[in-house]
Amino acid sequence: MLVFVIRRLMQSVVVLFVMSLLVFVGVFAIGNPVDILINPNADQEDIERAIRGLGLDKPLWEQYLVFLKQAALGDLGKSFAFNVPALQLILERMPATLELATAAMLIAIVLGLPLGLWAGLKPDSFAGKTIMAGSILGFSLPTFWVGLMLIMVFSVYLGWLPSNGRGPTTELFGIPVSFLSWDGIKHLIMPATNLALFKLSLIIRLTRAGTREALLQDYVKFARAKGLSNTRVVGVHVLKNILIPIVTVIGLEFGSVIAFAIVTETIFAWPGMGKLIIDSINVLDRPVIVAYLLIIVTLFIVINLVVDVLYSVLDPRVRLADAKA
Amino acid sequence: MNLPTDVPASGTESPAIAVPAPSPTIAFGAPEETPFHRIAADFAASRIALFGLALFALIVLCALFAPLISPQNPYDLAQLDVLDSRLEPGARSGDGKQVFWLGTDDQGRDMLSAIFYGLRISIGVGVTATLCALTLGLTMGLTAAFFGGRVDGFVMRIVDIQLSFPAILIALILLALLGQGIDKIIIALVAVQWAYYARTVRGAALVERSKEYMEAARCLALPASRIVFRHLLPNCLPPLIVVATVQVAAAIALEATLSFLGLGLPITEPSLGLLISNGFTYMLSGKYWISFFPGVALLATIVSINLVGDQLRDVLNPRLQR
Amino acid sequence: MSEPTLKVAGLRTHFFTRHGVVKAVDGVSFTVEPGKILGLVGESGSGKTMTGFSIIGLVDPPGRIVEGEIRLKGRDLRALAPAEWQAVRGDRIAMIFQDPMMTLNPVLRVDTQMIEAVRAHAAVSAEAARERAREALVRVGIPSPDERLVAYPHQFSGGMRQRVAIAIALINKPDLVIADEPTTALDVTIQGQILAEVQKLCRESGTALIWITHDLAVIAGLADEVCVMYAGKIVERGTVNQVLDSPLHPYTRGLLDSVPSRNRPGAPLRQIPGMTPSLLRLPEGCAFRERCARATETCLSEPPLYPLGDRQVRCFHPIHAEDEEPVV
Repeated sequence: MLVFVIRRLMQSVVVLFVMSLLVFVGVFAIGNPVDILINPNADQEDIERAIRGLGLDKPLWEQYLVFLKQAALGDLGKSFAFNVPALQLILERMPATLELATAAMLIAIVLGLPLGLWAGLKPDSFAGKTIMAGSILGFSLPTFWVGLMLIMVFSVYLGWLPSNGRGPTTELFGIPVSFLSWDGIKHLIMPATNLALFKLSLIIRLTRAGTREALLQDYVKFARAKGLSNTRVVGVHVLKNILIPIVTVIGLEFGSVIAFAIVTETIFAWPGMGKLIIDSINVLDRPVIVAYLLIIVTLFIVINLVVDVLYSVLDPRVRLADAKA
Repeated sequence: MNLPTDVPASGTESPAIAVPAPSPTIAFGAPEETPFHRIAADFAASRIALFGLALFALIVLCALFAPLISPQNPYDLAQLDVLDSRLEPGARSGDGKQVFWLGTDDQGRDMLSAIFYGLRISIGVGVTATLCALTLGLTMGLTAAFFGGRVDGFVMRIVDIQLSFPAILIALILLALLGQGIDKIIIALVAVQWAYYARTVRGAALVERSKEYMEAARCLALPASRIVFRHLLPNCLPPLIVVATVQVAAAIALEATLSFLGLGLPITEPSLGLLISNGFTYMLSGKYWISFFPGVALLATIVSINLVGDQLRDVLNPRLQR
Repeated sequence: MSEPTLKVAGLRTHFFTRHGVVKAVDGVSFTVEPGKILGLVGESGSGKTMTGFSIIGLVDPPGRIVEGEIRLKGRDLRALAPAEWQAVRGDRIAMIFQDPMMTLNPVLRVDTQMIEAVRAHAAVSAEAARERAREALVRVGIPSPDERLVAYPHQFSGGMRQRVAIAIALINKPDLVIADEPTTALDVTIQGQILAEVQKLCRESGTALIWITHDLAVIAGLADEVCVMYAGKIVERGTVNQVLDSPLHPYTRGLLDSVPSRNRPGAPLRQIPGMTPSLLRLPEGCAFRERCARATETCLSEPPLYPLGDRQVRCFHPIHAEDEEPVV
């Protein structure tokens, strides 16, 4: 088990390096930084001084090494637009995005698993078919359009919920969260539901498919032949089998939810990382873009690692095979 | 004894496309039926899927014949009158000659026409991107599976890394680098999607490769291209078809999202996403139709494709055939 | 004479598919006495497995028992409500399946799967159930049962897994065990061991056993009575010595003759010509007609099951002792 974790950690470090190189090369190729940063009307001397000051006169590989060194020290440059360290900017916004993403994921799981299970057990019933029809709608509806419609119905026509922004925050273990107040929840609920919709449909469909396949397996027939009650057959035998792939998918999808929050944050003006990155791309605020990418990459690597470990914990076949290896 | 000059494409237990193999529970032979007939019949068993297919066909026809059926060419400035802007659905134009069934936008464009033209672009981009991604992914996947070893490892590493990042992020960064334009957005879509095909094809190809009929084909010393195209490929097709169908919808949705965020197509080639984006600012003042109807059109397109794709997946899933 | 453990009369199980009605089991009747072993022999598609499923009530849609009587110690099984069925399955009737890898749930421990079989039918504590599981493992000859109990199925070899499945089947001391080709997936030496053990266990406890197989060699050493099935019907029935030494039905004869050890060395292997007909397109009359060298005009009508002494055969031209030559 330990060997497994160490091996994955080493792989992750390699991936991180590769990604940092790609990010560096890619982003630093956007346009000519000189034109962006320095007033073209300044005289030549000022321009050259600025170039040297920013280290833009050195060859690319040297710039990369400097970049790496500074990154290791936690310095990913200063935002051009805000003139604050890019890393700090992103970390300030991260709790908001994580709160939104977590809320969305929770909604998707808590609703999706039972609905999917029902649809899988009784696929030909009215409820089963309705759930499936709903799930198709759920992942066909473009997220941004649903967001707009939600605003229109609940903010403009009904006036129940605020159409943008995040509610007031309080500190929980040092992290600012907004769901602890009623006002905070009112602000959170629409964007979280909007973000959750796609994943909800995905989980419903996965659970249904997994249940349908599991029910055809021999071990279900054998369990019935033992005279076990239907509750036990489904609740223990089927559930434990389908949960393993579903949990791993959920884990991996969490990263995707964080990324897709970009759209939701834009529509609902939610002050998270996603909105920041869109704005930064539009003004070509390189350090922020770089910092965002690196943080996202790290986040993803961590999530992947956790999911892998979780998978091996849940599935005895993987865990014990590894122990023997 | 005469050896056959060619090996049948599906072995006795190939689950991918053949008639269900006899299992211990039920063992009876179905009457003569080509795989295509069986698939078509199974597909048609769901009325919803047929509805989806019909709807999609209708939408495609609208898109193809947009210039013929639109009451107005919304991108011909000569036909627009800014006094007609932001009219409600069903209103008449200032000169009384036109009825704007779905209202107008802020420039006086008839929404219905704009939607038809927008469909063209949305579907066109989506399908083109899917086809390109399919070709690229297919080639890479088959190459990886066929050559195996280090080639396989290398290709799959790239696929894995790419698939572990969300599509929207990759597309965003690429478009930030490449700028706007219809070709650039297709490139971004292809870059995002090829990995799915590569992985699907490689997985299916590896399964097929280890089957006995492939060894038999190799023993007969059939040339590699023949093995790949006549034997390997047809058996990899079912999962590929399912993935491609769903991916067309995903490509259309992704393009719409990117356009909405302002990073996709330029204003000169407005897809449905851009139309929706244009209408965003008018939502809060109650002029819902500028965003609503293009959204419905987008929704109808994606839903119909997904309905078809869903049924195809159920029909072609070997593990559900008992 | 007490009630037979199992009485099956006129069983018909049909599948209503898009292509037509498949008569998987079409008029099957037999009885099994306590402690006796019945062999149900046939190829794939003969209906033998479906017969087993019908008896234990696990026929899945689109299949359904349309007709027939099934009595376990006199009790009418077809009249059981679902809750009553749950009480019967695993307790009075148990089933062993063909592929032990898939019949044991791969993500649950062996003791979990055995204990639940006990506690579904008796209100005993987990420890007591565990003790019974342990005894059951010992009885089927699994060494170090305590270690095995906390293991997962994939850690066992195929033969061990099947023994576990047998242990589970016998754990509640059922009246009847239905074994559906349980040794087909195992190699021959293990097969022999398992056969011997199962036979011993059944004799000791008075459990009736139906052993479903396509392999005549297995039947020879194991069963008391044999039913040969073809295309959903029983074509021959008798004691194992009778059927194997002097088969009456041409199909049985063909099966026996095609076993390699019964052929002379150097002579070409004998086969039954043709193929098993699709159950959707059965020939008119006797289902074996198109492959039988003895077929005549009479065979165009369906032969009923004739008694011949204390045996039964479904043929207008059964083979008598005087026929020296093989018939296919």
